[in-house]
Amino acid sequence: MKEHSKHLVPGLVILVFGVAAPFLFPNYVFQFAILWLMITFALTWDTMGGQMGYNSLGNIVFFGVGMYVSALIQVGLYYDIGDYTAAYGAIKVDYTMEQYFTGLILGLIAAGLFAVVVAVAFGSIVFGLRGPYFAIGTLGVALAAGELIGAWDWVGAGSGISMPVYPGDPDDRALLYYFLLFVLGVATFLFLMCLYSTRFGLAINAIRDDEEKAEAMGIHTKRHKTVAWSISAFFLGISGGVFGNMAGFIEPLEVAFPTVTFGIFMVVMSLLGGKGTLWGPVLGATLFHIVKEVTWTQLLGWQWVVLGLLIIINVVFFQQGIIGWAQDKWPERFGIVVEEDAGGLTDQETAEVLTGKGAG
Amino acid sequence: MIDNINLLILAPYLNIQLLLDGLFIGAIFVLAAYGLALVWGVMNVKNLAQGDFVIMGGYIAWQVGVWGINPLFGLPVAIVFMFGFGWAIYYLVIRYVIERDLFTSLLATFGLALVISQVLNLLFGPEVQIVDSGFAVRSIPILGGEITVSEIKFLSFLMAAALAAAVVLFMKNSRMGQAIRATAQDARAAKVMGIDTERVYAFTFALNAAICGAAGVLIAMIWNIQPFYGMTHSIRSFVIVTAAGFGNIPGVIMAGLGLGVAEQFSGFVLGAEFQQATVVGLLVLVLIWRQIQSSRHRQAVI
Repeated sequence: MKEHSKHLVPGLVILVFGVAAPFLFPNYVFQFAILWLMITFALTWDTMGGQMGYNSLGNIVFFGVGMYVSALIQVGLYYDIGDYTAAYGAIKVDYTMEQYFTGLILGLIAAGLFAVVVAVAFGSIVFGLRGPYFAIGTLGVALAAGELIGAWDWVGAGSGISMPVYPGDPDDRALLYYFLLFVLGVATFLFLMCLYSTRFGLAINAIRDDEEKAEAMGIHTKRHKTVAWSISAFFLGISGGVFGNMAGFIEPLEVAFPTVTFGIFMVVMSLLGGKGTLWGPVLGATLFHIVKEVTWTQLLGWQWVVLGLLIIINVVFFQQGIIGWAQDKWPERFGIVVEEDAGGLTDQETAEVLTGKGAG
Repeated sequence: MIDNINLLILAPYLNIQLLLDGLFIGAIFVLAAYGLALVWGVMNVKNLAQGDFVIMGGYIAWQVGVWGINPLFGLPVAIVFMFGFGWAIYYLVIRYVIERDLFTSLLATFGLALVISQVLNLLFGPEVQIVDSGFAVRSIPILGGEITVSEIKFLSFLMAAALAAAVVLFMKNSRMGQAIRATAQDARAAKVMGIDTERVYAFTFALNAAICGAAGVLIAMIWNIQPFYGMTHSIRSFVIVTAAGFGNIPGVIMAGLGLGVAEQFSGFVLGAEFQQATVVGLLVLVLIWRQIQSSRHRQAVI
């Protein structure tokens, strides 16, 4: 575990901060909870987009699916779902502590597992697509998912589901969801850190670099892609379940399948921090979230325009992201060995070979 | 749903009505899709802001209508304005993404789509707008019923066809059209032959924006516009081009008209709220179909 030791110091600082934050800044518990959610988003997106080179615009599907599955289980354990949603919140749930937590725990587990099932099914549709087709295909599925849930009366259609009310003190509730998202973010990070240092991590990197060659070298690409996506989906599904409960009310377009907000944030945050790196998404998510929270309300309706401009500038002029930029600048700090003129190709030539331009 | 299907069987003239409406709308989809195929084929940029260019054109017509001029005169205004806008966007953004991987252009144009739709929302508000061009609506008795066709729909169909023909002729015969086709075939060779490929790219993108602008004016007059409808139009264009393959003009025309008709029928049978879901569902189906086709040759859809 020697290679993990360099993550130890920043990791510990973050852990201590994460535990202390809700007590130090009790007024901002919600914002900090969302910060961990954003970090989970960016990390899970990066597993596909950064490490495996499959840029999905539809990962938000798993978030929404997790949210709905968790909600249906929490309600369905004690009520008839059709009656509950048809009543539009007229049925007031009155759960005991035990009922609430049984529902929550079962709901979150089911959310993660069902998201994996959806990932496997979804993957069988879109994994034959490459590059832009993959991005457009996933975007299409995400948009369709929101529309279809919005037309399904049994789950409340467009008017959504109001979640069971936490039976205790509201401050405890805020802390509960803060720590759930905090633990989820940390668990995602640790899991991915271990994953990237295994053979599996190398295999998905190989798929990113050249899928045909990876397949020729004996990597079962389809299986690796499905597993990598299932991992993303698992964590995203749970995060959806937690967020749904934290929000208290879920509906298909704005909360569960927000393709153009959360769905795009996860891409932007990964790119901002540096995709394909472990810390990049964490850094990108933190920066993005802080800047967004501080400036959002002061932009007076222009915030979405600013977000769009940020995406354009980020993608066009700064695609390597912060960590990628630092790696270019100080490669030795990251343990990347730069060979002094090994007698091979110049950088220019290498780039041409890699992009396939030199051949013609 | 079953009731609606029964209704279609019992009243056959409704089928004609839906078919006609679908063809009128589909002709405009063809225009936008042709622009997308042009940019895709020539400079290998997948423009997700395609639909937002269309909606921009629509708002130009709306604005012209607000000034008290017949929105039909918005057509030349939209073409000129959008041509300039496309040229500017090329030099500000697209120029930097041509040589990069495809996701870059996709995401950059997605950002562009976000900016355009939000600016339109701030300028014109989120209401759904219909531009009234002041033409009569005619009823035509057919198959034991009456179908209604407004003259503007028919006129817009003719204009869409004329525009498409003009663009195709331009691509075939003019110097610039030849330069564009040469660049599409082999940019390097075109450069060696003395073609200013940078200018060709800028012109192609501007031409695409102009085509979209014209399509937008027609959409605004025969259907409706709203700042956030752009993404659906973009996806429509992608469905059409993906189904037809670019460089296949008859294919694009067939796919575009087919999509228009399919949307009208699904909107009637399933309900209007499923219209967007139909487009997206068709996208997924087309992609699956392409995959099945390519997997016969052990290829991925790239």
